[in-house]
Amino acid sequence: MKDNYIPLSSLSVGEKAVVKKLTSKGLIRRRLMDLGLINNTVVEVLHKSPLGDPVAYLIRGAVIALRSEVASMILIEKFNLEEK
Amino acid sequence: MGLSKTATGLNILQDELKIERTSPEDKIIALGGNPNVGKSTVFNKLTGLNQHTGNWPGKTVTNAFGAYNYKNCNFILVDLPGTYSLMANSVEEEVARDFICFAEPHATVIVIDATCLERNLNLVLQTLEITSKVILCVNLMDEAKRKNINIDLEKLSEELGIPVVGTSATKSIGLSSLMDEIYKLCCNEVELTPINIKYTKEIEEAISMVEEKVKTMIPSKLNPRWTSIKLLEGDMKLLNSIDKYLGFDLSKENTIINEVKRARDFLKTTGIDSDSFRDITVSTLVNISERISKKVVTINNKDYDDFDRKIDNYLTSKKFGFPIMAFLLMVIFWITISGANIPSEILAKGFTILEDSLSLFFQWINAPSWLHDVLVLGIFRTLAWVVSVMLPPMAIFFPLFTLLEDLGYLPRVAFNLDNFFKKSYACGKQALTMCMGFGCNAAGIIGCRIIDSPRERLIAVITNNFVPCNGRFPILIAVTSMFFAGIVKGSFQPVILTLIVTTVIVLGIFMTLLISKILSKTILRGLPSNFTLELPPYRKPQVGRIIIRSIFDRTLFVLGRAVVVAIPAGLIIWIMANVYIRDSNILTFTANLLNPLAKLIGLDGYILLAFILGFPANEIVIPILLMSYMATGSLTELNSLAELKDFLVANGWTWVTAISVMLFSLMHWPCATTCLTIRKETQSLKWTIVSFLTPTLAGFAVCFLVVNLIRFFNLL
Repeated sequence: MKDNYIPLSSLSVGEKAVVKKLTSKGLIRRRLMDLGLINNTVVEVLHKSPLGDPVAYLIRGAVIALRSEVASMILIEKFNLEEK
Repeated sequence: MGLSKTATGLNILQDELKIERTSPEDKIIALGGNPNVGKSTVFNKLTGLNQHTGNWPGKTVTNAFGAYNYKNCNFILVDLPGTYSLMANSVEEEVARDFICFAEPHATVIVIDATCLERNLNLVLQTLEITSKVILCVNLMDEAKRKNINIDLEKLSEELGIPVVGTSATKSIGLSSLMDEIYKLCCNEVELTPINIKYTKEIEEAISMVEEKVKTMIPSKLNPRWTSIKLLEGDMKLLNSIDKYLGFDLSKENTIINEVKRARDFLKTTGIDSDSFRDITVSTLVNISERISKKVVTINNKDYDDFDRKIDNYLTSKKFGFPIMAFLLMVIFWITISGANIPSEILAKGFTILEDSLSLFFQWINAPSWLHDVLVLGIFRTLAWVVSVMLPPMAIFFPLFTLLEDLGYLPRVAFNLDNFFKKSYACGKQALTMCMGFGCNAAGIIGCRIIDSPRERLIAVITNNFVPCNGRFPILIAVTSMFFAGIVKGSFQPVILTLIVTTVIVLGIFMTLLISKILSKTILRGLPSNFTLELPPYRKPQVGRIIIRSIFDRTLFVLGRAVVVAIPAGLIIWIMANVYIRDSNILTFTANLLNPLAKLIGLDGYILLAFILGFPANEIVIPILLMSYMATGSLTELNSLAELKDFLVANGWTWVTAISVMLFSLMHWPCATTCLTIRKETQSLKWTIVSFLTPTLAGFAVCFLVVNLIRFFNLL
């Protein structure tokens, strides 16, 4: 169900999500994947910078800051707490 | 940050990696790892070299190497830049990968962070694809223990099929076993059964098609399977390096081209194009890392990083983020300014006594007076100035700044400031290279390698000079102390000084952003590219080490540089003051020539000349200036800043001159070392000239503007 995918940038602080698709290409796609952002990776929104962008995310145990442009290229599905 | 020798001008000029083996028996060991895993600490502890380590990504910007002896065998350890991957095309990753691939190290040690094992394993697997001679050093075991993270090292070794050693490098724990494993691997005493990294069936088939042909064509040094994967991937940059290494164009051989095409066609029939090929290979490695990590890591306390999150919530929050940043900056300046006074005075008094004794000595040996003038009044006074006025602020400022750095605060600064850099169409990592510039602009410029986009890297290079390096920082403090401390009396003086110095620094940051934006709109047009910035865990800094190392390294370096530069400068000044053209000496003649231009920006000819002659090193600008003023007649002994001020005022200085000098020292051409570094890093004379002109023009423009505004309002 592709329709359920929303950009990571639309999440608020504290929310968790599962990565479903990267729409970025080239070097940044590689960078993101090297950080472990592949399908089904869990991402948590940690905190925003003082001006609201970039935002810090928890990705596989590491805290990574992404600008909104990058985060919008990461499509996710919201984490359903009831699932587990 | 410029605390160590590696982060200062000297070493940067010789950063071409030439490993000196003392004998052909020497073993070469590559040391790789993610940024910020304590790799440099491991390096320092093993070799005794004092490479500076910092708690922010991308510290090792140039290959450093050092040797150690173990069991009568000499090992040469090469510190590679910290990278997350060996695949993407940043300068640093290229350096690391090329070394592992082509320098034929006897072993490669990958240092990983025990508290973040899964992410780190990606690099380990990528390295294992290139070579099997890998030793895994799981560092920060103490941190992991503190966070209640348990790692089964034996199991990890079993899974990867390579030796695994747990270390806590800062406490020197586990290093002897690391050396032992390196020794054993180099002497072929360990059996390596590296993990088989298998991709999907289709990809495996394509790989073996190419591999068969590759095997027959390349020597055993290069892993044929890995080479085949890279051929299929079509990583042109890497393939060119491989061709250069092999001495023939493997990727352009007809048999290879045909086979790669056949394999790619085959993949296409199964729906795998070149993009998804990369995706699948990368995902496979990430998945293997995840699988292994699940087997060997047990986290007993799920909230192990709660503390870090809480701190982050303050240091990067909307409310406190910027105030805390400004506050910390001011505290550092305040401690520096208040603390530097006392040692400065003591040193100055000491030097005066020494100077008197020297003068007596010269009289006693009946030396000609010109010799006394050159050596004592010229060279010795320059040295005395540099040491007594420049050294104390450096010795206080840098340990403090390093403390923040070691804590892990600088990436948070970059995080906080990123939005401004984005609005300037630049990279957020530029904040990190800017911070490095405080230590040494040349170091900052090499640091720009951490920026991927060539456009943004150039912007960072060109604007790096807008933060005052340690050679210029004390000029700001000295001039502020002389001319603006008097605004208030008593104990508030340091506060005022701090505010003024902070304002100048903030102006420098503002100029960095402004010029970045202007460059982005003109000669370096483009949109901000994408990047990722890691905010590493906060770490306990090694306070003792910071203090000892920074004072020791700084002191020696500054003294060394002062001696090297002050001697020729003293000579040149003396010659210029004593060779006459018609009625005036060359010094006055040149200063008079420069005077009209200098007056426009609130300086005088001598000041501008001092900045020009200070091109080799900014530390000597003020001493050159003093010598020039003295050479024209009045000779004063300058025991304190107050006397110095009187002397300057006697030579026509006003508070407007002081402001201009501060602005101009913040914004003028980069020093010689920095220019050479820019030339080397950009590989372009054009960009070196742009980097020279940009801050120079900015300095002239700002000084002109400020001076004329002041004059204008004075007229009213």
